[in-house]
Amino acid sequence: MTPSVALSGWGRFPTCWTRLAAPRGPTDVKAELSPGGVIARGGGRAYGDSAIGSSRTLDMGRMNRMLAFDYETGTLVAEAGVRLSEIIDVFLPRGFFPFVTPGTKFVSLGGAIAADVHGKNHHKDGSFGAFVEWIDVMGADGEVTRAGPRDNGALFEWTLGGMGLTGIILRAAIRLRPVETAWIKQQTLVAPDLDAALDAFERADEATYSVAWIDCLASGKELGRSLILLGEHASAEDLPPEQRAHPFRTAPRRKRTVPFDAPRFTLNRHTVRAFNAAYWRNGSKREGEALVDWDSYFYPLDAILGWNRIYGRRGFVQFQCVLPLDRARDGLERLLLETSQAGQGSFLAVLKRLGPERGGLSFPMSGYTLALDFPVNRRALALIERLESIAIEHGGRFYLAKDALLGARSLHEADPRAGLFRQMRSERGMNGVFGSRQSDRLLL
Amino acid sequence: MSETGKQRVLILGGRSDIGLAIARRFAADGHPITLAARNAQTLEDDKADIALRNAVEVSVEELDVLDTEAMAAFVAKGAAPPGIVVSVIGVMGDQHENQRVAEQAALVMRTNYEAPALALGLYAELMEAAGEGVLVGVSSVAGDRGRGSNYVYGSAKAGFTAYLSGLRNRLSGKGVHVVTVKPGFVATRMTDGMDLPQRLVAQPEEVAEAIWHAVEKRRDVVYVKPVWRWIMGIIGMLPERVFKKTSL
Ligand SMILES: Cc1cc2nc3c(=O)[nH]c(=O)nc-3n(C[C@H](O)[C@H](O)[C@H](O)COP(=O)(O)OP(=O)(O)OC[C@H]3O[C@@H](n4cnc5c(N)ncnc54)[C@H](O)[C@@H]3O)c2cc1C
Ligand SMILES: NC(=O)c1ccc[n+]([C@@H]2O[C@H](COP(=O)([O-])OP(=O)(O)OC[C@H]3O[C@@H](n4cnc5c(N)ncnc54)[C@H](OP(=O)(O)O)[C@@H]3O)[C@@H](O)[C@H]2O)c1
Repeated sequence: MTPSVALSGWGRFPTCWTRLAAPRGPTDVKAELSPGGVIARGGGRAYGDSAIGSSRTLDMGRMNRMLAFDYETGTLVAEAGVRLSEIIDVFLPRGFFPFVTPGTKFVSLGGAIAADVHGKNHHKDGSFGAFVEWIDVMGADGEVTRAGPRDNGALFEWTLGGMGLTGIILRAAIRLRPVETAWIKQQTLVAPDLDAALDAFERADEATYSVAWIDCLASGKELGRSLILLGEHASAEDLPPEQRAHPFRTAPRRKRTVPFDAPRFTLNRHTVRAFNAAYWRNGSKREGEALVDWDSYFYPLDAILGWNRIYGRRGFVQFQCVLPLDRARDGLERLLLETSQAGQGSFLAVLKRLGPERGGLSFPMSGYTLALDFPVNRRALALIERLESIAIEHGGRFYLAKDALLGARSLHEADPRAGLFRQMRSERGMNGVFGSRQSDRLLL
Repeated sequence: MSETGKQRVLILGGRSDIGLAIARRFAADGHPITLAARNAQTLEDDKADIALRNAVEVSVEELDVLDTEAMAAFVAKGAAPPGIVVSVIGVMGDQHENQRVAEQAALVMRTNYEAPALALGLYAELMEAAGEGVLVGVSSVAGDRGRGSNYVYGSAKAGFTAYLSGLRNRLSGKGVHVVTVKPGFVATRMTDGMDLPQRLVAQPEEVAEAIWHAVEKRRDVVYVKPVWRWIMGIIGMLPERVFKKTSL
């Protein structure tokens, strides 16, 4: 008998009851498929309720075997529960790194595919899906279909960004990037306001990686002031001579753990404003070039285990939207004005240029994406509702991997693809078996 | 020995969650691995995974330890014995069924005691002749005192524990080391769906780490979670007069 547990996503909001099973292989997965809403769960790094099944949740963590690797093409075949952190541990010392990675390495392969995650190189390389050669998906009838860009292309596209709602991804083949070292050449640019930040992004479109930390509480002339971090994989020659013999060796980072939920008063408008201002001051002093190890560059937050507890027991939510290029500037200004006026801030506000979209329900489109964290409280929730309307007015859409709050109306208004997705799910008999708290809420 | 100079680890019962965790732990340390199990062909994915992650050689062999003749032939083949042999073979069965169906009880007794004892005993001979080797037997705290709720399993584990103790005694000073492992509750296929006190439950990886450590440090008897030593110590001290009335 599968036990019932209370589960939440990375934001620890909302928490819902679900039956939780941990299958060891396809036979176990098949045995769990039943009407009522089953969903796969990988690393649990999506913020909201996308990895909580309406009735059953399948923790894919035990299906984490790596099955084959081709050193010529860099193609890895692995089960969906493998985490990017494991892939990096094994393959970075052998000269390979994921082509696309989100800001945490604790995501699973299945989760990266289901959310079609984007990295700091989206403007240049596209999303995770661009490097997936095929996936094996178990459908509602328990049959496994191999889908890729050529074969079963429709299933492939709908699964990328489909948030687990097209079936259970069992395994996948992905291409890794050959790298010469474990280091990144980082360049920090200081942008005193929003226009300067957007200009810097447009000028840096040749950079492999680019992302901005934006001070979402700055106002007036400083609205949108940002630190823009560009990055390139360092070659062996870029390393100091003494490191060249061991280009993949980096000092292990010190891990810290947030041991308990922060009391609510630690996070208020004053501490957050002070944190943001201090971060900006320190960062602007570091303008220029630096050599940074892969872990600190891609995953600064992973060094603080359990950092999601700093927002306290009630949890937190993230607002992330993308605005189309031609309306991004105006939209971003409105979003930032609204946020800084509300003073409901966010330790982490991230701005990023995204490249062209792909099909399915995949989130990215050519334009700018803004991501803001908020503790769960009444004022923040009211603010998020206003931010949603602003995004919709400016032709934006929302990132389901971050979402915990959106209403079905807002989603379908912002993203007509959602309706097609729902129709496809019903035509193919997926909606009877696969369902999450998120898909129930958003009518997907 | 492999290029890394590490000795081969043979795992009897290679498909169990604990067995695979042990394989991964030793492979991470550079040991080549052999997994012996029934229906060995179903272990191909695990073989690929362990080999790929750790860049070690992994082989898979068919073995049913209850087939004594085949088991003896399995041990005898090959030029030299593996440096380290671990038995995780076992079966819990259902106590009520074990009480009523003699064949079922016999299977539990044979699987937990007879077969692993015979197999490790044969390897002990080879290791003694070679003057080196490590034998690891995964037994159970259930063998420390027979309890009404699972004494068929427990008594077989008790036999295995006694056998390992004797083997250790005999081989002391002969270069062959014997480790007895009493894991306590472990979250595996065997305990799936059981309602256990979570604080007392170890993950298979913790068992593997404890075993790796015991082999490195030449420990004799290991309890994975230290509290089990206390629990079983207390249970062991209860006078029979009191113990017989408990329901543990
Ligand atoms: C600190 C932090 C930084 C982040 N930065 C970024 C970023 O830069 N870019 C970005 O795109 N995202 C980012 N994210 C979001 C994260 O990458 C996605 O939510 C990702 O989907 C999480 O993967 P997971 O394995 O943890 O999946 P989960 O959270 O467990 O699940 C997410 C979704 O994937 C589905 N899923 C998981 N496994 C399978 C499977 N085997 N088969 C079918 N469906 C499956 C689930 O059903 C669910 O819908 C970030 C998250 C955090 C916490
Ligand atoms: N889980 C616990 O709480 C716990 C506690 C204390 C001790 N233990 C002991 O730990 C060991 C491993 O158990 P586990 O929890 O990992 O459970 P498990 O998966 O049931 O492991 C037992 C293994 O023994 C194998 N086996 C049984 N009979 C065999 C035979 N005739 N020939 C070859 N192999 C045979 C099984 O092979 P198949 O896969 O082919 O069935 C299985 O792989 C067992 O000795 C168990 O008694 C477990």
